[in-house]
Amino acid sequence: MERTTLDLWVGIFVVAGVAALVMLAMKVGNLGTYNVSDAYQVQAYFTNIGGLKPKASIKSAGVVVGRVTGISLDTERYEAKVEMSLDRRYQFPKDTFANILTSGLLGEQYIGLMPGGDSEMIKNGGVIKKTQSAVVLEDLIGKFIYNKADEPAQ
Amino acid sequence: MSAVNTIRIIGHRAINAVWRIGMASRFFVNTLLYSGSSFRRFHLTIKELFSTGVMSLIIIIVAGLFVGMVLGLQGYETLKRYGSESALGTMVALSLVRELGPVVAALLFASRAGSAMTAEIGLMKATEQISAMEMMAVNPIARIIAPRFWAGVISMPLLAALFSAVGVFGGYLVGVVQIGVDEGSFWSQMQAAVDFRDDILNGVLKSFVFGIVVTLIALFEGFDAPPTAEGVSGATTRTVVTSSLAILMLDFVLTAIMFRGN
Repeated sequence: MERTTLDLWVGIFVVAGVAALVMLAMKVGNLGTYNVSDAYQVQAYFTNIGGLKPKASIKSAGVVVGRVTGISLDTERYEAKVEMSLDRRYQFPKDTFANILTSGLLGEQYIGLMPGGDSEMIKNGGVIKKTQSAVVLEDLIGKFIYNKADEPAQ
Repeated sequence: MSAVNTIRIIGHRAINAVWRIGMASRFFVNTLLYSGSSFRRFHLTIKELFSTGVMSLIIIIVAGLFVGMVLGLQGYETLKRYGSESALGTMVALSLVRELGPVVAALLFASRAGSAMTAEIGLMKATEQISAMEMMAVNPIARIIAPRFWAGVISMPLLAALFSAVGVFGGYLVGVVQIGVDEGSFWSQMQAAVDFRDDILNGVLKSFVFGIVVTLIALFEGFDAPPTAEGVSGATTRTVVTSSLAILMLDFVLTAIMFRGN
């Protein structure tokens, strides 16, 4: 085969392969949707994180504003310490409320941020003080059963 | 007496296997040492890229499309029971990018390009072209083996990426266009679940390793083949069998290392 046609075909092959890789990264993966390059770190303590995992998303008003970077147990308070990395474009007041929520009935868990009214913003390395733990189904069922047992028999 | 004989046969096989592994390692090191010329005279590599990469395009694309479509159909049937059809995109993309893309593309590559490499080199040896090169003081490893090796190593990740991309498209065709899963949740759940470094780059790394292994096995079997018609055919068969087994076993090891934490 002619050398130039050979080059052309190999060129097409390489370009197609690289294009497939870029398409995978942008359209299939999360590289196009969220960039953690410019971020600040925030911590929060929860009494129970339920099924929250590292890399879970952090949303405010439904918009993804960051990711969970680390989860560990603080042995001084015996509470779960969740480290979060938030996008620097989004600043939150100091009295922001952090909830662990579930997307759908069986979906994955994420942290929802509800901004408060404080005029001061959380700085890099700051702590979110107001938190609400994950809803654990067993606890709910347990409470329900005890409530039923407390009711007077009819 | 027969028990002693059996043990002797086992010993012979073991020595043979170790000897072949040693020869293959020496062959690999030699290929790396003499691969300078395959980059200095890059047209040699380009010619091989054409016959291994470009010629494998059609089988890879068609296979990827159908694998993706089957995943879409089967995934939908299972996910429907739990009312989570919207996770179809996640399922298709993760299984393709992590496992099926690298593995099936490598299996197809081994049978399409690997067997051809072995047969070509084996026949070169049978017709004494390799000895002729040595007579002319041309190093056959630098002239024949190294360009083919690098062509295989370069084309394998590209083919696997194409396979995955076309497969995701196939899953989209069946899931969204035909069955009618919501398009927005198909893509957004996929993007939320597939991580660039953990999933896509690990998949590329897998296919890179498979590319090295498959090409090395194909080239070694060809170079080591007895210079007869029977020998070449046996070597070609061994290439496909050995590299398929190597791909599947290595895939288990790589998966255990890469995805254990998740």
